[in-house]
This record gives sequence, C-alpha cells and structure tokens, in this order.
Amino acid sequence: MSNSLNLDQATCSEIRDAVRGKKVSAVEVTNHFQSRVKTLDPKINAFVSINEKAEEAAKAVDEKIARGEDPGILAGIPMAVKDLLCTKGLKTTASSKMLANFIPPYSATVVKRLEAAGAVTLGKTSLDEFAMGSSNENAATGPVRNPWNPEYVPGGSSGGSAAAIAARMAPGAIGTDTGGSIRQPASFCGLFGMKPTYGRVSRYGIIAFASSLDQAGPMALSTKDCALILEAISGSCEFDSTSASIEVPKWSEILTDDVKGLRIGLPKEYFAESMDADVERVTQEAIAALKDRGAEIVEVSLPLVKHAVPVYYLVATSEASSNLARYDGMRYGHRTADAAGADLDEVYSRSRGEGFGSEVKRRIMLGTYALSSGYYDAFYQKASQVRRLIRNEFLQAFESCDVILSPVSTTPAFKVGERINDPLQMYLNDIFTTSTNLAGLPGMSVPAGYSASGLPIGVQLMGRHFDEARMFNVSLALENALGAVKARRPHVI
Amino acid sequence: MSSETENRYGDYEPVIGIEIHAQLSTKSKMFCTASTEFGAADNENICEVDTAMPGALPVVNKRAIEFSVRTGLALGCDIRKRSVFSRKQYFYPDLPKGYQISQFDLPICEHGRVDYLLEGEKKTVSITRAHMEEDAGKSTHHGEYSLINLNRAGTPLLEIVSGPDIRSPQEAAEYARTVHKIVRYLDICDGNLEEGSFRCDCNVSVRKRGEKEFRTRVEIKNINSFRFVEKAVEYEILRQIDCYETGEKIVQETRLYDPDKNRTVAMRAKEEAHDYRYFPDPDLLPVEIEESFIEGIRSALPELPLKRAERFQQEYKIPEYDSHVLTQEKPLADYYEAVVKAAGGNAKAASNWVMTELMRELNDSKKQVQESPISAEHLGQMVALIDKGTISGKIAKTVFSEMWSSGKAPEVIVKEKGLVQITDTSAIEKAIDDVIAASPNELAAYRGGKEKLFGFFVGQVMKATRGQASPDLVNQLLKKKLAGE
Repeated sequence: MSNSLNLDQATCSEIRDAVRGKKVSAVEVTNHFQSRVKTLDPKINAFVSINEKAEEAAKAVDEKIARGEDPGILAGIPMAVKDLLCTKGLKTTASSKMLANFIPPYSATVVKRLEAAGAVTLGKTSLDEFAMGSSNENAATGPVRNPWNPEYVPGGSSGGSAAAIAARMAPGAIGTDTGGSIRQPASFCGLFGMKPTYGRVSRYGIIAFASSLDQAGPMALSTKDCALILEAISGSCEFDSTSASIEVPKWSEILTDDVKGLRIGLPKEYFAESMDADVERVTQEAIAALKDRGAEIVEVSLPLVKHAVPVYYLVATSEASSNLARYDGMRYGHRTADAAGADLDEVYSRSRGEGFGSEVKRRIMLGTYALSSGYYDAFYQKASQVRRLIRNEFLQAFESCDVILSPVSTTPAFKVGERINDPLQMYLNDIFTTSTNLAGLPGMSVPAGYSASGLPIGVQLMGRHFDEARMFNVSLALENALGAVKARRPHVI
Repeated sequence: MSSETENRYGDYEPVIGIEIHAQLSTKSKMFCTASTEFGAADNENICEVDTAMPGALPVVNKRAIEFSVRTGLALGCDIRKRSVFSRKQYFYPDLPKGYQISQFDLPICEHGRVDYLLEGEKKTVSITRAHMEEDAGKSTHHGEYSLINLNRAGTPLLEIVSGPDIRSPQEAAEYARTVHKIVRYLDICDGNLEEGSFRCDCNVSVRKRGEKEFRTRVEIKNINSFRFVEKAVEYEILRQIDCYETGEKIVQETRLYDPDKNRTVAMRAKEEAHDYRYFPDPDLLPVEIEESFIEGIRSALPELPLKRAERFQQEYKIPEYDSHVLTQEKPLADYYEAVVKAAGGNAKAASNWVMTELMRELNDSKKQVQESPISAEHLGQMVALIDKGTISGKIAKTVFSEMWSSGKAPEVIVKEKGLVQITDTSAIEKAIDDVIAASPNELAAYRGGKEKLFGFFVGQVMKATRGQASPDLVNQLLKKKLAGE
C-alpha cells in the first residue's frame, strides 16, 4: 500500500487519482474497504449484502490501466449502493422481508453507469424498508448505527449508505431521496449528500417508492466527490420517460468556491419558528461564512411550504400504494407458506401482511385511502394542486436569489428507539426537505458544524432546476470556509 | 327501426353500446421492447417491464400513438393535444403491476362518429372516446392450480367506446363489422377475432319506448364473431325483457356469451363494487401531440370503405352490391382499381372477374388478395384482350387458370398456347360446313322446326375450332348457313 494515500481519510477523487496514477491498485483499495467492512460493520450494520465480485471488478480496472485504456472517471472507487437499486445477480432487498431473496435479472441504469465509469460496487447498504422512514430503524436487517455515536440513528432512509461512509467502510455511496432520504442522513452523519434535479438521474431499476419524487444521488466526503459521482450517473435514459434530455456539465471540473455576489436566499418561513439551538447556531455560522466570502444574503418568502409535509405524505403514499401493488408473491418475492386452502385474496393478504413491515403497511393504507373514490378530490387531487403552487413559489423565490439555504433537519440525530413509536413526529422531521422533492429542485446537505454533544449537523442548499452547478459552488465555499468541520472524525475511526 | 324488431320486443326498446378493443399491430409492446408476435411459447415474449420487476419503468411506444391518432381521425374524433396515462388498479395474477396503464379522464381521441349501412339504410353511431391501454396476461385454471402466460401482457390496445346509440342486434353487428373494416383499412389492427386482436364487449339494456332514462346495463364479454354479437345481444335483450315482465331485477354485471348454448351467463355470482383508484401514472409524461403530427397523419389517411364504395358506384358505374363487396378490404379495393386501370376502363368486366373467378380461387386456396398469383395488371390486361376481341370470354377462362398456375402475362399465354380468337370468316365458315356435312339428321330436324338444336351446332363448331372461334361470328354465320343461305 502506498504511503502517500491514507485510505481512511481519502476522498473518492483522491482515490481515483491515485489509482489512475498507479500509486495504488484498485484491488488494494477494494481490499482495504472490504476489510474495514468486515471489522466495523458488525457494530454499524450498514450493509445488507457484500458484492463477492468486487475484487474481480477492481482487477478489471487495474488491467485497463495497465493496458493504457481509459478506466473511467470513477476508476477504482469502491461504492456502497443503497439496496434499493437493482444489481444484476446481486441480492436486492429494499430492506424488506418481501424481497429478502430477490436477485434482480438486470441492473439499474445508475449501477450500470457507475460500473461503466470504473467504480467498484462494494456492497448493498441498508435503508428504511422501501425507503420509507427517516431513521433506518425500519429495516428487515435491524437498525443501522450512527458511527458518530452508535446509540443514535444515522438518519434515513439512506442510513446504511451514510453510515458506511461515516465509518469509512466506503469512500462514496449512492442514496436515493424521495423526501430527504439522502440529505437528512448526510446531515446526521457529517457528509455531503445531494439530491439532483428530478429527471437528472435515471430511475430505471431503482425500486420505486414515489415515482414523481424519487431521485438517486451521491453521498461522499467532499463537494468535488459529489460532483464527480453525479457526472457519472446523470443523463437521459431511454428506459425512463421522466429522465431529462439535458446536457450534463462536467461539474467536478468547473467547480469553484467563488461565491462573490451570489444571492443566497433564506426563506423567512423556515427561520420564523423556534429552532433547535444547535441547528440554529450551525445554520447561522454557515450563513455568516458565506457572507464573509462575499455572498449576498437575501430574504425570500415561501408561504405555502408550511403545507409541504402533508402534501408530501399524500402524494408519496398515494404513489407508493400503487407502486407496491406488484409485490403480490406471484412472480417473485415473499409468498405465504400458509396458502393451503386459502383463496386468492387470502394468499395476497397473507403474503403482503407477512412481507411488509408496519411503516410500509401504514403508508400503503394512507395512500390507498387518499386515492379512493370519494376521497381522491379532497386528498390526492388537492395535494397535487398545492404541489404545483409550491413549485411556483420556488420559481418565484429564485427570481430574487440564486441558491436557497435552510436547515436540513429540525434536530441533529436522535437516539435509536426514541421516535419509532411516534410516526407523526418522525414525519414532521422532514419539514425542510420534502418541499425540494415536491418542486423537483436539486438539494444538498453540506456538513456545517456539530451539536453540543458532538453530533454532526448539515445545512441544506437548494438550487434552480438543473442548476446543480451553483449549488456545488456554494457547497465548496462552505467546505473551504468551515475547514474545522471536516477535520473531525467519528469515534469509530 | 323495422316493424319486425318492434314486434319482437313489444313495448321495449333495446339500448346498446359497444366497447371494441382493437390490438394495435405494432411490433413491440405498449411500454417496452418485448415482441407482440402471436403464437410464441408461453412467457417467451416478456421482459422485466411485463413481469413488473422491481424498478422497471414503462416507456410509451410512439408507433402506438401514431396508430391511435390515425384511428381517431378515421373515426372523426377530436385528437387531444395532451392526453394522460392513468393507472387502473386491481389485484389479479395476470396483471403483474397490480395496475393496468390506461387512459382515464384525458383519452387521446374523443367525440367521433361512424356511419354504416344496414340493409341499404345509412346509420350513424357516435364514438364517445378511444383510448390507449395495455392488455393483461392470460390465466388458465387447472383445478388445483392456475397458470399465467404474460406474452399478452403489455400488448397495445385501442379501446373504442361507442355511445349508447345502437337499437338492435343487427345494428350492433353491422357497427362492429364497420369498425373492423375501418381498422383493417387503416392497417393498425389485424382484426383477428379468433386470436383476440379484435374484441367486442356489448353493453345492453332495455327500456320502455318513450322513456328518457337508461335502465341498468349488462356487459357481455367473450364474443368472438360478428354473428355472435348479433346472437348474444338478441339473447340478452330478450332475457332482460323477460326479467322485467316477470318482476325480476336486472343487476349491473358482466355476463359471458356461450355460443354453444346461445345464451349469456353471469361471470360472477355477485358483482363486486370495484374502486379502481385511477390516478395519473407518474412514470409517464403526458402524451403531447403537435398539430403538424396530426396533419401529417390526416393527409396520409386512406379513403374509408363506405366513401370508397360510393365513389366506385359513381366513377365505375358498378352496382351498389359490387361496390361493397369490392371495398370490404383495402387490398381488394386497391387490386380492383389496378385491374380497372390496366383494363383501360372496363370497370364492370373488371368487377365481374375479380368478384367471381378471382375471389373463388382465392377462397379455395385460402389466399389473401395480396398473395394472388395473378397480378392486378395481368388481370386488367386480360380484360383488355377480351374487349379488343383478341380472345373470347370462354378462352379467357382458360387464360385465367393458366395465369393462376403460372403467373404469366395473358399475352404470353395466348401466344404460347395459340389461343388467339379466330375472327377469320372463311375459317369459321369452313368449320361450319364440316359440322353441317357431318350432321345430316340434326340439320333436317333443325330445318323441320327443332330450333333448340342451334345450340348443338354452336357447340360442335366451337369444339372444331378448339373454342377459339369468335362466338359472335359463329352465331351470325351459323344462322345463315343453317337457313341455307
């Protein structure tokens, strides 16, 4: 192993450069992270399955380099992939008993693009079942622990991906974000996590939670890493009608921390209510840092965002109730063992009753109700209308600012078990993140500080549609301004 | 309505609407690239989209949209510039996603009409809407277990919904036949009822004459021929009248037609109240159609059967009956017009040859007109040869069968076989003289008043000339010779 590169500290970009520069082999890098997974994951529980073919993939990268071929922009970077993305031949469970033994016959477009760019899929990471949750406690394989303090949750639903990076079991990961599922765990685990503009990244092969809100995105240790990974996975896809045919910038190359004159919008509604003291302090420090660097801070108004959580939970559960209808135990997935003498309806309800966890069932029921005849107009339809208005409000706000800044979550990470029996409290935690998905905007969580008890806290940035570039620049400005934030390490390291 | 129908139903008036599912003849399915080919092995034509694998997404088949617009325009519909796919949700093992992608409140075609003829009388049925949807798979039940074949799942369908304008079983069948003819003309559906690519579901209710409101309707499915449309609807009308007359209630239900017993039977004992929870499919963007796209399709629309039949009557002066037979199928009508053109305009003769000789041969050999060994040009040329007097109608039959078996041009056959008609008077006179000389008894009888024997002499002369003598000349000359002139 090379002395110049400390793999426990290294970013994806640094690893990539070292691999391409033959300072370290892709196989060495992969082996390093594999051994960390072996040692640490029993405590963290971030991985659902390990890719037995990772070393083989790494070897192929090394061989390409040896032959002088282009090994891709993610050459040799081990990636943790949320277990919601289909990986051909590798078990994909959505952290659900329903899909406990499901081996996909095909790979998600994102997975294919990662592999085509030279990344090595290290394994599949835990999530709240079918991406439904904010704590990663609703997982068939049990709760994931926050590497900063194992008594705390890593956030969710991409909690396994976040914890894997925080514990340096992987330098980068793919998460998915329907209402904050990349950003909130990134905030809880002290990472950069970004949800691209809706349509930027193909959803093909990603197990659907709420189709009009879901986006996959990168989670990593730096702004540049997020930019690099996003470059690799973005772009239109012939198998996803909602993917956008829009040019993919080389963000990692055009990235700058110059934010002079950039207008940072603060939605007054987000700052009006009393806030957790730690979250408020960290957010204000981030604002001050940007101001110091010459950004202009402006107040914007989003009066309808107060409806974002109820609108989100109507739209998301409605779509989920439909998207999850396919898990009927007929073609794949869990089928009840207790089918003898049962009629078709009973086989369905037993299979689904046994296969789904309680949060998933709760959301299927909510969504089924919201779409039912007699309730559709008042619930789904109304929510869709308000959703459009929220989107319009954001478009208007972006006339007077370039990037919007807000907290990610109302609080830092909470303790395992603390909120699991209070779903409403759990849902309200999503107040700052859901509107981004409803409006289809890009959003990201940037590490900005720590709570008094030493838990990481991020701030959220939101950009215009398909304007990830400016958001990345603000992220880099914060990253460079708040150097001390990055210097801290979770206790497991 | 005819008085016969009135008598049959007494005070009652049938109200019928028909939903036609036309399978669009695209190569691939509605939302994926799997093949739509009929007759593949079970579950061969499937992919991760049809089997509803986790994460699989639908992508609209553009050809299906084009076909739907074409049909909509032919049915006089307004084409929606922005139509939306919705999910129709229910659980059934042959519906892998747990929902069918269909169009609900914003269908691609609306407000059209279909004109058709029933016993020479022009009738009109309104088209409420025509929308795109995907088919489900097929379940077969084997006692202890059931099997699912998903080859059909995801096949593109256009559901054409008529208004409740139909008032008799005959009208119902004729309307269905007309739509069938139209979709085949448009080349958007192969119209195969046996294979299920053209399905008619009939909604039937009856009410007292003069009533404004509709009564409870019953949907009849599983009708796989137009004859059965008529029979099933007739049975259902009488069944409902009978129910009302005996004080029974009609329940809204789906009934299946059993052609063997000629009756309809309830599909389920009790109809469940379905709530399909339709909502716009978030995986698919609304279908946006530009005016130029619509106009492009409109300008390439073929002339439809009824219009074409009317034109044939005017332009070619052929009888109404012929015009309808010849316009039954677009390839046949195209063939006929090509024959007329090659024949140099003798449209009536062309029609006779196509409708009798050609159609008989095609039927006997179970061939489509496109597969005819005789090209339209050749048949037209043959008609022209008759017109010019080169061959007789009788010889033409020989030429025709030679054309059928060899595919050769009529001139070539006539030349090779020496079939040119004998119009040389002296040659015919010589043949007549020989025949008369050889038949003294017949001659005496003829001259004695047995004029029926004229036919005998014609036959003998034709035989002697191997059928090549001009029949007109034979008649003319024979009369003179027999009269002793």
